[in-house]
Amino acid sequence: MKFIHKYGSPKRFYALAGRLVPWFAGITAILLVSGLYLGLYWAPPDYQQGDAYRIMFIHVPNAWMSMMAYTVMAVYAAIGYIWNIRLADILAKVTAPLGASFTLTALVTGSIWGEPMWGTWWVWDARLTSELILFFLYIGYMALQASIDDDRRAAHASAILAIVGVVNIPIIHYSVYWWHTLHQSASISLTSQPKIYATMLIPLVVMSLAFTFFYFTMLCVRARTEILWRERHTDWVRKLLEAKS
Amino acid sequence: MSYGMFAAMRAVFSRELLVFWRRSTEIMTALVFFIMVTTLFPLAIGPERHELMLVAPGVLWVGALLATTLSLNHLFASDYQDGSLEQLLMSPYPLSALVLSKIAAHWVLTGLPLALLSPLLAIQMALPMKAVGTLVGSLLLGTPILSLIGAVPAALTLGVRGGGVLVSLLVLPLYTPVLIFGAEAVAASAGQGFASVAHLSLLGAFLALALSFAPWASSAALRVSLD
Amino acid sequence: MTWSQFLAMGGFGAYVWSAYGFAAIMVAINIAQPLMQKRKVWTRLRRNLDRAGEDE
Repeated sequence: MKFIHKYGSPKRFYALAGRLVPWFAGITAILLVSGLYLGLYWAPPDYQQGDAYRIMFIHVPNAWMSMMAYTVMAVYAAIGYIWNIRLADILAKVTAPLGASFTLTALVTGSIWGEPMWGTWWVWDARLTSELILFFLYIGYMALQASIDDDRRAAHASAILAIVGVVNIPIIHYSVYWWHTLHQSASISLTSQPKIYATMLIPLVVMSLAFTFFYFTMLCVRARTEILWRERHTDWVRKLLEAKS
Repeated sequence: MSYGMFAAMRAVFSRELLVFWRRSTEIMTALVFFIMVTTLFPLAIGPERHELMLVAPGVLWVGALLATTLSLNHLFASDYQDGSLEQLLMSPYPLSALVLSKIAAHWVLTGLPLALLSPLLAIQMALPMKAVGTLVGSLLLGTPILSLIGAVPAALTLGVRGGGVLVSLLVLPLYTPVLIFGAEAVAASAGQGFASVAHLSLLGAFLALALSFAPWASSAALRVSLD
Repeated sequence: MTWSQFLAMGGFGAYVWSAYGFAAIMVAINIAQPLMQKRKVWTRLRRNLDRAGEDE
């Protein structure tokens, strides 16, 4: 508990995050470059889909991240709401645009992948449909935050929304998958994707880690800016500004 | 004179009905919208019965869903504006119970009429007779869920800029499971899939879930909005 | 493998590269936007500080 209160202070987090950003950024860069090499060059073409399957190395990590980010956001928000920890509120708020970006990327790359495979630009595939709904959940969260002026009310209101959302996600997932199998008929889905071989798994994992560390990097950057703004009337921020001027 | 909790719930419920009766135009909005949707679709798609039959379950359900979404603004907003909502929060009774009464009244005034009107509109959409029973049943199960789930975003957006549109955006993802199973139940009865009993029981399960979760979540949301 | 073979991606070049390209744009936006926001906040805070100093 003491640990949380120690790093729960925005001032402490500001300093800590500042030190972490270069490390996270460096790790992200290394992982990204290796992942791209592995995915675009090292992994051999797929038996069925040729080179088109390489889109998977962008689509799948972003889809995973979009889900993870929402869960993480809901957890931060719940912590902030239940125990009144402002830092948690800030981390939740700042995670949302990142999560929405991951979702959008997953949607667009999924759509692009669908065209050469099944000849249509949009496939009402179970996963893509779930992603679309998730995108709306993110946009709703951000819209709610933006429409309430008071920071505390905004944080608590969106916390309730995020919690309701996260509880509903498994239900939505299940409903959409069920809906899709019911209407499957001749259509194939992205979920019945090429069998995963080891050569595919490695770039997939590397790219997923790359996007994870990208998330951490930009989380820290955004959180620091947000903290600076919210704490602008405090002494420590004033001192910081004077030192930098 | 002091009320017990159930008496208080009943008081809230009857007050809701009374107030709404005086503002009957608000009830009409949802119904009129529902009628409009089912009238416009055949005009847009064409009178070919076979085509209408295929889309009927979906169109009817989407119409009911959108009509309910429109009506969510009446749930808390007017009471918020005239201060009676705050009174409710300050009363000694558990807020979740009182909120449940409000939601129940809302459903009696919007969802229930929609469900009862649906057989007539089903005829317009060329829905086979055998599916009409399931249509009414699915709406009777589904619209309370919509009212319950919808109460949370309605409570969160009180007094907020662009509240009306925002509620629709917030509620859309949460409504999709109900829509999927509601429409499927009707389609199954119309002979396009397998037995609708499974879908209806799942809707029943959703209803039970919503009944246990939503009053609590919306009262938390009300407290956040009214602090 | 030659450069042109790599770019062609077995005939799917347009799809693969537009997908990776979109992802690259999203990453770039997610780097640029927070950094711009950071600069904006700093400038504004510094201006407030200067203005507060003038009042004294």
